Amino acid sequence: MKVVLQNLTKIFPSRDKKAGKEVVAVNDFNFEIPDGQLVGLLGPSGCGKSTTLYMISGLQKPTSGKIFFGDDDVTELSTENRGIGLVFQNYALYPHMTVMQNILFPLQNLKGKDKLTKEEMLDRAYEAARLVQIDELMDRKPSELSGGQQQRVAIARALVKMPRVLLLDEPLSNLDARLRLQTREEIRRIQKETGITTVFVTHDQEEAMSISDVIVVMKLGVVQQIGKPQSVYDDPQNLFVAKFLGTPPINVLEGKVEGGKVYIGSEAVLEIEGVEDQEVYIGVRPEGLEPCADGKLTCSLNNLEVMGRDASVVASHENAISPVIRAIISSDIKIDPSAQSVKFNVKPHKFFIFNKETEQRIYFEVK
Amino acid sequence: MSKSTTTVMQARDIQKMSVGQKIVRVLSKTGTYAFLLIMALIVLFPFYWMIISSLKTLAEYRQAIPTFWPRQIMWGNYAEAFTTANLGDLFMNTLYVGLVSTVLSLVITVLSAFAFARLEFKGKETLFGALLATMMIPGELFTITNYITINELGWMHTFTALIVPFLVSVFYIYLLRQNFMQIPNELYLAAKVDGTSDIKYLWKVMIPLALPTLISVTILKMMGAWNSYIWPKLVANDDAHQMITNGLRNAFTDTSGQANYPVQMAAVAIVSAPLFLVFLCLRKYIMSGVSRSGIKG
Ligand SMILES: Nc1ncnc2c1ncn2[C@@H]1O[C@H](COP(=O)(O)OP(=O)(O)OP(=O)(O)O)[C@@H](O)[C@H]1O
Ligand SMILES: [Mg+2]
Repeated sequence: MKVVLQNLTKIFPSRDKKAGKEVVAVNDFNFEIPDGQLVGLLGPSGCGKSTTLYMISGLQKPTSGKIFFGDDDVTELSTENRGIGLVFQNYALYPHMTVMQNILFPLQNLKGKDKLTKEEMLDRAYEAARLVQIDELMDRKPSELSGGQQQRVAIARALVKMPRVLLLDEPLSNLDARLRLQTREEIRRIQKETGITTVFVTHDQEEAMSISDVIVVMKLGVVQQIGKPQSVYDDPQNLFVAKFLGTPPINVLEGKVEGGKVYIGSEAVLEIEGVEDQEVYIGVRPEGLEPCADGKLTCSLNNLEVMGRDASVVASHENAISPVIRAIISSDIKIDPSAQSVKFNVKPHKFFIFNKETEQRIYFEVK
Repeated sequence: MSKSTTTVMQARDIQKMSVGQKIVRVLSKTGTYAFLLIMALIVLFPFYWMIISSLKTLAEYRQAIPTFWPRQIMWGNYAEAFTTANLGDLFMNTLYVGLVSTVLSLVITVLSAFAFARLEFKGKETLFGALLATMMIPGELFTITNYITINELGWMHTFTALIVPFLVSVFYIYLLRQNFMQIPNELYLAAKVDGTSDIKYLWKVMIPLALPTLISVTILKMMGAWNSYIWPKLVANDDAHQMITNGLRNAFTDTSGQANYPVQMAAVAIVSAPLFLVFLCLRKYIMSGVSRSGIKG
């Protein structure tokens, strides 16, 4: 089932009328989520991810705009009748019910032609429990489960009624690092197995990049970019997206374009075509900096961190906006750690320039 | 060398300190228990006195120097109490009033607490504030106005007069609302996603989670009905509607105005028994809170 968001907007009125400052939590969101795909909704805290999810689920009414499931307009449909599954950030399991009862609960509420017999319900519950591998824990109460197990119960409860759309609101944020990795693979597996259109909210870009078919990057309620994780990473449309994706983060410096050359300080680091002279922000991915004896960008070397396969060169530059300049290189490349400075060449496809006012990407041709 | 001596000294210091701490701990424990024991005795003594008095003869009861254990145990007092006071009827009246008012006021309390805790409607805060404000009015004032109202409505000498004025308790609504508000909003949203109506959510999730509070309210309400004295005496003191407290008061005074205290005590003991049993059975629920885990963050 594809999900279409059309000019979706949510404005929260201000609490006290005198201050009169309303919050635009989601601003004119347009997107068609293709059937059966996993979409990662990504952005910093407060950018409107949960609000978007709540509007898709019907828990919050859009101020304007429309939502379609397939060809049905569901904008006015109440949550109970939308047939969605939602996993909350804190799981929201019913504490007085066993795992079994928690999973059965959505089935017991089915009405009319969807009504199931007792046996069918039990079958479905066990099937969902097996999918997330908690069928051994059916008689426990939520308080007797670990965080990861609770999270899986929440997923089973969301899946058991075979929702048309599955919505996950930061489902991994309460898990420790290892369990996070494991569970996100599991979510990916379950999503593939069931083929349910899924929206996955997170503020962790790595998480979103690793499991999504498509990512949507948001900032202050406005969609910044939509695309396949790798293409958004390789081709950010503005400085925010470039900074938001990638660990370690992109290096940002101030510079200018003059006479077909990109200058950082007084050094011309790249010759380009098709860009007028102007002040710019420059973003270089850590893997886009190559140490080189005759490199064009000179930085002072802070230190060298070797981490097995890779090494990370930590340097600094007076024009840098990010606190340090970081380059990820193969640990085979030898660098003298006691040197005062280090010279880099830049890889053009890891090198982006942005308009200083709008922070929008400026596309260029490499000469 | 010097390092090891300091460690030894430190170890001894710690030991000395812990001996001192031990003494303090034992003393404070003893103090606490002694205090609790005295308090328990003070609380229990009237009960003890009631029981032994109910088993004495009238003559022994009247002695200037009271005995702490009856010389002759008079089980007959209990049988006499039951027949003279017509306890059976009094029990039934009180039970009827107690049950009906408890059930009805639970329904009212739960529904209004739910509305105040969860639903969004205009004037919610104002209305709740107004309700809370009524708690400031002393109960005696209500007695007068209620008396006039009941009279106007022609409810004198009916069970209705005993039940209706106390159906709405702002305090219980407040208590339960606070309890409901502690239940995370996500559970409500989750239940919506799971396809429940408000009523079903209330029944399946909120009530089970607020059960300890509801049981406390039930007990308090039952006790209220059982112990009420002044109001029933005012509005329904006839034989058909007499409540247990008034019945006891009236039954044991003979024509010469002499009360047969041991028999009266026996009646009091009989009357207290059900409440005592209810408390014993439900004590566990009153004390225990329902665990709220399953909600993280
Ligand atoms: N009920 C509400 N009333 C007023 N403002 C709200 C309400 N809910 C959310 N907001 C505001 O809307 C904006 C978006 O909130 P939202 O919860 O969608 O953020 P989020 O992206 O999910 O953030 P997080 O990652 O912290 O969960 C925030 O500025 C928030 O303060
Ligand atoms: Mg959120």
